[in-house]
Amino acid sequence: MAQNQSEIRYLTPPTVEIKKKKYCRFKKNKIKYIDYKDPEFLKKFVNEQGKILPRRITGTSLKYQRKVAKAIKRARHLALLPYVTDMLK
Amino acid sequence: MMNQYETVFITTPVLSETQMKETVQKFIKILKDGGAEIVHEENWGLKKLAYPIQKKSTGFYYLIEFKAEGDTIQKLETEYRRDERVIRFLTFKMDKYAIEYSEKKRSKKEQKSEE
Repeated sequence: MAQNQSEIRYLTPPTVEIKKKKYCRFKKNKIKYIDYKDPEFLKKFVNEQGKILPRRITGTSLKYQRKVAKAIKRARHLALLPYVTDMLK
Repeated sequence: MMNQYETVFITTPVLSETQMKETVQKFIKILKDGGAEIVHEENWGLKKLAYPIQKKSTGFYYLIEFKAEGDTIQKLETEYRRDERVIRFLTFKMDKYAIEYSEKKRSKKEQKSEE
C-alpha cells in the first residue's frame, strides 16, 4: 500500500499558484494627487457599469482609495464619467 | 488667508462663440471684483456629456484657476445658480499637491507648444 501511494501520477503536473502581490500604484509611483479632470485615468478604477472597484481588486491603499473615490464622484458630477452605464470599456 | 481654487463650469451648447466669451468674461469679472487673482484659464471647448443634463447631451467646458478669499466662492456660486446659461459647476479647493500637479501639467504643455 505504501508503495502504491507514492506512485500517484498526475496527467498534468500540479501547478502551485504563485500569488502576485498586489501593490498600491499611487504609493509605488509616488502619485500624490488624483485628478478628477482626467476620465481616461479614472476609468481604470471603475467596472463596465461605471461602479467604483473595491480595494481588494485594485490593491490601492486606503488613503488613496478615498481620494480615487472622491475624484470619480467629482468627475461624475461634471459629466466626465457616467453614473450608470453598460459597456463602458 | 488666500486659498487657491479651481472652478469648472459647463454652459449650454446653444450659445454662440461670442456669447460663450461673454459668459466667461462675466465670471472672471465677478472673481476680480471679489479680489481674486486669476492664475490660469483653460477652454476645453464643446464636449460630449457622459449623461444628459437638462436634456442636453453636449456642453462648453471652461476651467478657471484662481487665488481668493473664502467668501468669494459664495458669491461666485450664487451667480452660477442664477445664470441659466450655466448647467453645471464645480469649485474645488486645491491642496499643495493639486497645485503642484497643475503647475507641472502647465509647464509640460508649454514645452510642447515651444517644440
